[in-house]
Amino acid sequence: MGWVSGNLPQIRDLTLEHLFFALPPVVIGLVLAVPLGWLANRTRVGRTLMINIAGLLYTVPSLALFVLLPPILGTRILDASNVIIALTVYTLALLVRTVADALSAVPQVVVNAATAMGYGPLRRFVAVELPLSVPVVLAGLRVAAVSSISLVTVGALLGFGGLGKMFTDGFQRGIPVEIVTGIVLVLLLALVIDGLLLLLGRVLTPWDRVGRTAGRSA
Amino acid sequence: MIEFRGVTKRYPDGTVAVDNLELQVRDGGITVFVGPSGCGKTTSLRMVNRMIDPTSGTILVNGTDVMKADAAQLRRGIGYVIQQAGLFPHRTIVDNVATVPLLLGWGKKKARDRAMELMETVGLTPEMAQRYPGQLSGGQQQRVGVARALAADPPVLLMDEPFSAVDPVVRESLQDELLKLQAELGKTIVFVTHDIDEAVKLGDRVAVFRVGGKLAQYDEPGVLLTRPADDFVDSFVGRDRGYRGLSFRSSERLPLHELRAVLSGERTEEGWTLVLDADGRPLGWHLDRHGGATADATDLVPGGSLYDAGTGSLRSALDAALSSPSGLGVAVDGDGRAVGSVAADDVLDALAAARRAEAA
Repeated sequence: MGWVSGNLPQIRDLTLEHLFFALPPVVIGLVLAVPLGWLANRTRVGRTLMINIAGLLYTVPSLALFVLLPPILGTRILDASNVIIALTVYTLALLVRTVADALSAVPQVVVNAATAMGYGPLRRFVAVELPLSVPVVLAGLRVAAVSSISLVTVGALLGFGGLGKMFTDGFQRGIPVEIVTGIVLVLLLALVIDGLLLLLGRVLTPWDRVGRTAGRSA
Repeated sequence: MIEFRGVTKRYPDGTVAVDNLELQVRDGGITVFVGPSGCGKTTSLRMVNRMIDPTSGTILVNGTDVMKADAAQLRRGIGYVIQQAGLFPHRTIVDNVATVPLLLGWGKKKARDRAMELMETVGLTPEMAQRYPGQLSGGQQQRVGVARALAADPPVLLMDEPFSAVDPVVRESLQDELLKLQAELGKTIVFVTHDIDEAVKLGDRVAVFRVGGKLAQYDEPGVLLTRPADDFVDSFVGRDRGYRGLSFRSSERLPLHELRAVLSGERTEEGWTLVLDADGRPLGWHLDRHGGATADATDLVPGGSLYDAGTGSLRSALDAALSSPSGLGVAVDGDGRAVGSVAADDVLDALAAARRAEAA
């Protein structure tokens, strides 16, 4: 424990750096996944294509992606944008499918009702389909966020910061406490972010809970 | 007015859902489209607000070809009540009802005020305004659906099997309320159902569709029951159509007989006697086997259905007679007080007289 108290500022910096790498990809991925998921839902071919590409992207090993991206993007290998773009690709791959599924799970009768009331397609999407897909999308977002937090540690192998650095550093210098602290902090970060997303979901979907409570008591 | 001119809907696989439909819906009445599944009744309805586009033919709403109108604009001007209500689960009841006014750009306050007003019209309490659809019963959700359709005060209301998903008791009260509402509002309503009883009860005019999307008969319900156009309509309107047809015959000339009635505690004579409460409303029947017994309000045979003297149909008069343990139907006035009795034979005589008058 002595190591921890002696290195608090460094641990804090690494944690913040970790979040800086892990969170923007989740946000960017979500923003991109919504229109792509909508597009995937338009036609059967589009859906198959989109979901297969997403599945394929997700199977590329993260380390390989970190190495492959710089030549493709023309960035330097230690550029922070590499990590952020690579993780965005993963989040996107996860969320396109989730968004497509969430949108197709919106009851057709509700979508038809919205059309019949006089909603145009775009307005209907924003006002009806998107809000109703929040519970499913949020479940996917929680997985994506946790996975992003854990994947950032891989970046440490290439020399990026973040809590993964505590693994490599602790291993090289033979400080087990540093490794364990790193693991615990990654887990804590994942738990906190997951909890925050859960909370966000509750705030965004008051109707979802009352609906289910009413169903139970009935 | 809504007018179908040679309207056909053919799907790419060759199925013809609606086949050359020619039909005019009258203003200010309820027109019911009825028929078995696959008869094109729902497709026909949905072509009015362009939820489905016709393959050929023209549909006019107040003289305008619906295909030439902007679909979303057109729909905002036509009320639509959908099966299972189709409410927005993520919006409160008041916001559900305010949907179309908000789309029309009324502004939040005005739209909500209007929504609250309509909730009252359809019999929902103001406390329900802030609830979500998931917290309401099926019948309540359906009322919200009706309120939502009426919110922007559209002249035309399309109702797509709106009461099919609720239980029979709730359905009947929703039907009664629709009739009451319609008496006030006088909208042009097109109502789709597969239930001929519902069609006959609600419709000012009923269009019977047959499988393959052909119109089999378009008439007033009374005509449909007494003079079905062909065997299909005959079998569709059902086995009891003679009896149900009495619903559309007035009982104006039906004679009333004197009724033997006493108050509880009074002496009775041999046979059946109706026992009344202090206001003269029927409580039930008392059977005196030997004469000289005392009527006891706690020991009565329940009475049958009641017939509203003069205003009820011949069907209600006949049913009152048939369902009464004494064989005599109880006729009541507007306040529910017993005013006389009707016998089944008199109903049949009245029917025969009415038929003679029609034939002459």
